[in-house]
Order: sequence, then C-alpha cells, then structure tokens
Amino acid sequence: MATRCWAEAPAFAGARAYLAAFLLAFALCLPAAAQQSLPPAPYAYRQLEDPRQEAAAQALMETLRCLKCQSQSIADSDAPMAGDMRHQVRTRIAAGEEPEAIRAWLVQRYGDYVSYAPAVSETTWPLFAVPALLVLAVLLALWRRLRLRRRA
Amino acid sequence: MRWWWWIPLALFALFLGVAAYQLTQPKDEFIPSTMIGEPLPEFDLRPAAADRPGLSDAYFRDGTPKLLNIWASWCVPCIAEAPQLERLRQSGAEIVGVAIRDRPQDVAGFLARYGNPYSRIGADDLSEVQLGIGSSGVPETFVIDGQGRIIYQHIGDVRAEHVPLLLEKLREAQD
Repeated sequence: MATRCWAEAPAFAGARAYLAAFLLAFALCLPAAAQQSLPPAPYAYRQLEDPRQEAAAQALMETLRCLKCQSQSIADSDAPMAGDMRHQVRTRIAAGEEPEAIRAWLVQRYGDYVSYAPAVSETTWPLFAVPALLVLAVLLALWRRLRLRRRA
Repeated sequence: MRWWWWIPLALFALFLGVAAYQLTQPKDEFIPSTMIGEPLPEFDLRPAAADRPGLSDAYFRDGTPKLLNIWASWCVPCIAEAPQLERLRQSGAEIVGVAIRDRPQDVAGFLARYGNPYSRIGADDLSEVQLGIGSSGVPETFVIDGQGRIIYQHIGDVRAEHVPLLLEKLREAQD
C-alpha cells in the first residue's frame, strides 16, 4: 500500500512540475502578447482626492479622444496609453492647471483630432453655419406663408 | 406635383450615398504629430538597459542630428524594423531609443535577440515623452536636428524602402 502511494507520489509531482512549467511558459510569453508588463500609471485608475478637481478631470477626459482606440474617449478606454493620458490630465489638474490649457497642450501635439469638443475653425464653420441658415430659411418661408394667409 | 418638392428627398439620397461610400473606404488610422518644427519637450529618462545610458532632451542639442526611435519590447512590428535600424546605424545614423512602458529584463531580452542599434535608451514608463512629441503609437521614428528640434516623423515600422529617406532627412537636418 505504502509503496503504491510512493509510486504515485512522484507521478503526481511530475504532473505538478509539468503544470508549473506550462504556467511558467504562459507567464513568460504574456509580456510579449500583452502591453501590461508594467502596472498602470499611478493616476490612470485612481481618482484625485479633491472631488472638485476629480470632477474637472473627469469632464475633460470624457472629451479627449483615445489615440489607440479612436472611437473612445480616454475616460472610456482601457488602453495603456489612455491610462497614461488620464495620468497626465489628473496630475496637471492637481497641479492647478486649467482644463482648457491641458486640452490646448494636447491639441498642440495631435491637432484637433485629439479633442471631441467641437470648435469653429476654417474647415468646420459650415457645420455651424448651415443649420443656422436652414432655420433662417424656414422662418422666412413660414413668415411669408402666414402673411399670405392673413391677406386671403 | 412641383419638381422642387423632390429636392429634400434628393438631398437625403445624396447624404445616404455619401455615408455609404465613406463606410466602404478604409480608415486612415495614422494621427500625424503636429510638433514638426517644434523643439523637444523637457525630459530626463532613466536608462532602460543596463549597458546604455538614459536619455534627456539636452543630449540632442550637440549639433548632430539623430534618429529618435519610439519602441517597446512588447511591440511586434519593432521586431520587423530591427534589421533596418541596424542598417541605418551602419550607414552612420545615430539612433537613440525611447522604450515605452517596458521592464528592464524585457528590454534586455529583446536587445539580445534582435540586436541593439541604440547609443542610448531612455525608459518612458508613463508615455510622457511619447505624449510630449505627439507620437500616438509604437513604433515611430523621429528625425531630430542638432538643436533638438523635431524635423520629421515616420509612423509605423521602418522598412527597407524607408532607409534612404530617413538618411536623406538626417542629411537635410545637418545643413
């Protein structure tokens, strides 16, 4: 009985060693597959102590575009680079920088692309002008029609 | 029915057509840096590898143009561009590396396997330099002139056909 137990034990140990080697192989190849070999930046997932500052940072982060995953804001994205951008935003807000100054800092580096906040510029002015013109045209048409009806 | 009653419908159809066409077009994922012509931001990075010094912005202001390679050991295209970086080095280019979010042991393993074309490698653990120069991915290669100004940005891995262009940009930066 005892011998069988002993005979089984090494086999079990062998299986354990195999499992350990298997897990180790996984652990070794993970850094190549995942970008998360470093822990996230300190303020990637940690909120600021001051709730007012955190609210300002959150509002700004929701209007900044993630550069790796371009349909998400950096507040929504789990990409490591978005985490590093959140860290930038939170540490700058904590240092007393204005949210719009931080946005300007990023726009200086990546262009309007990085910002979700609509801005009137040389290329975007028709987006603002066309609806205004349409409303004006409708009001004009309405006014003329009402005037005609009153006359009739 | 008057003909101009059809105008709104025609406009709507036009809008649908444009939207449908745009949906079939491949999306350009590259976001070019708008820092070309600007000086490098201030930074001072610890060494990412044991046998190479770290990197600061002051190092670039020695009169010699350099290539600044943004890379990482976890980045697969970086493996593909390693032989081209080696060719650039052999052609006389000085290449300095910025390793994004990387551990020393991973950096050492990568360099041992795929070669080390870098004179210095700084570790950018918070992507500060990457954000500071308007880089949005790995790998990217910047040409920096001898006064520390950003001259040119190459997005994506450096392939054989890009080597002459990068050497040309380095020469231009020298003049």
